[in-house]
Amino acid sequence: MYEAIEMRKVMADWIEAKMEEDEKVVIIDADLARANGTLGIRDKFPERALDVGVAECNMASIGAGLASYGYKPFIFSFCPFVTRRICDQVTISIVYAKQNVKIVGTDPGIAAAFNGGTHMTQEDIGVMRSIPGMVIYEPVDGAQLAQALPQIFSYDGPVYIRLFRKVPAKTYFEREDYQFELFKADVMREGTDVTLFASGIEVKEAIEAAELLTLEGIQAEVINVHTIKPVDRETVVRSVKKTGCAVSCENHNIIGGLGSAIAEVLVQECPVPMEYIGTRDHFSEVGKTDYLVKKYKMDAISIKEAAITCMAKKEG
Amino acid sequence: MDKQLKDFLNQKCIRIRYLTMDEIGELGVGHAGGSMSMVEALAVLYYKHMNIDPNNPKMEGRDRFVLSKAHAGPALYAALADKGYFPLELLKTLNKPGTSLPSHADMVRTPGVDMTAGSLGQGLSCAVGIALGSKLSGDGAWVHAMIGDGETNEGQIWEAAMYAAHKKLDNMICFTDYNKMQLDGGTEEVSGLEPLADKWKAFGWNVYSVDGHDVEAIDDAVTDAKSKKGRPSMIILNTLKGKGVSFLEAKWMNNHNVNISPEERSIALEELKRGCEQCTRR
Repeated sequence: MYEAIEMRKVMADWIEAKMEEDEKVVIIDADLARANGTLGIRDKFPERALDVGVAECNMASIGAGLASYGYKPFIFSFCPFVTRRICDQVTISIVYAKQNVKIVGTDPGIAAAFNGGTHMTQEDIGVMRSIPGMVIYEPVDGAQLAQALPQIFSYDGPVYIRLFRKVPAKTYFEREDYQFELFKADVMREGTDVTLFASGIEVKEAIEAAELLTLEGIQAEVINVHTIKPVDRETVVRSVKKTGCAVSCENHNIIGGLGSAIAEVLVQECPVPMEYIGTRDHFSEVGKTDYLVKKYKMDAISIKEAAITCMAKKEG
Repeated sequence: MDKQLKDFLNQKCIRIRYLTMDEIGELGVGHAGGSMSMVEALAVLYYKHMNIDPNNPKMEGRDRFVLSKAHAGPALYAALADKGYFPLELLKTLNKPGTSLPSHADMVRTPGVDMTAGSLGQGLSCAVGIALGSKLSGDGAWVHAMIGDGETNEGQIWEAAMYAAHKKLDNMICFTDYNKMQLDGGTEEVSGLEPLADKWKAFGWNVYSVDGHDVEAIDDAVTDAKSKKGRPSMIILNTLKGKGVSFLEAKWMNNHNVNISPEERSIALEELKRGCEQCTRR
């Protein structure tokens, strides 16, 4: 069923059900409830579904105040406006003050599509990852998100949810045997020659790259690093010890994001050749996401080529 | 206000100032000016109005105080120590290695501190969140916040102002410590605030402008604010930066964060002691 459902709907349905069950749950929007699918919730919970208007700084600090009063706030906006715009409010009012506020950003990276460069985030993971103690989760599909939300809710502390809000191009985790575990990366496909570490919309590209590599006799391992911080060091190292090289695939600047997180682990634990897929320290132009994925060489073919380059370095 | 209460509150002001100067003097440097200017408001809140229990700092339904101009932590700590939240001796650890008293107020480390602040502009929004929390839970608590006049330059202050009025947060009583000086100069020289009271009125607040060193005037304003329905209240405290110590008052234009030598510490403590001998006993 998740292959046809927008991820914002999965998010909104879950939070609405949670508000029904737990009177301490509150949501705060900043005039993007219509975009984020949370608008209808205020009909049912007019007092606990707040909208501060276009005032994201206020939203973050109000969330912290509510959390200090024993409430469990979720704050919502587009990714840029809950990260780079309010980095200080998130850092001080929420994280430094140890307030349990969940932060939901939508349209990560180039997924802002027609909203263009101002709404694209090349830096949000970098910003959030360097805030001490912040947890970052990026879902792949609605099925995974549905399993992740209760665990994120149970975790006592701030979490940044980097949410692609529309219907994902492909659904991978809607299967009975799938058990999501926050902080634990998912090995989606086993291989012996190269590890592809991927998050968010890049998971589809990495899986397709692995299929292309098979045609050339290369067995790629694909790992979904859904919890980008703290990164699952054990799974990362175990895989790379087997494959001997790595490619990171992310919808973010290759500086400061998933690739950097993986490289930090590998440099310490298991130095191997590594290639990075993502935007290469530039802003993004406006456009459809599939166009931008190709333009910025974040597609399956580019990942396949990066894997071959990486393997050559290993052998050389 | 009867004379007995007034005398009591004024003596508490001297005591808070004495402990504050001793605390900053022990370290040798600190935000003395803005700590001293808000003392009367602290005394009126902590010794008359607030429903709190120093033995149970996290008591449910307690009244709250958010020090948004959190660099004035030393004065808040003096009041909290005197109230019994922690031993007076702790004041001597201000900003020293391993202390639970960082000069910017920190709810994680210090009993009695209701919200962490220090990056200016955020505390008022946090107080709005707290006031919303109290309204949602229906516990009838009062939420107080103290902002600085320099802090009022921050855009977030006005985001909070708009939303507090929109949500009719009549359980919120805020103060502006209007000592007219910010770090880089007079508030009118840097980025003029005037007409400050009119601005708050235009934002939908119930506004008072009082002598911030007159405990009776502050008490009257707080009492009146508590009777007002449907609007948050702003009490503008007209104050003097460094109030209560002559050499600090004399350099009111530049006493934001100052070195206090051992000699100056003694001079300050002696002057305060002359104002009230019994207030300065440990």
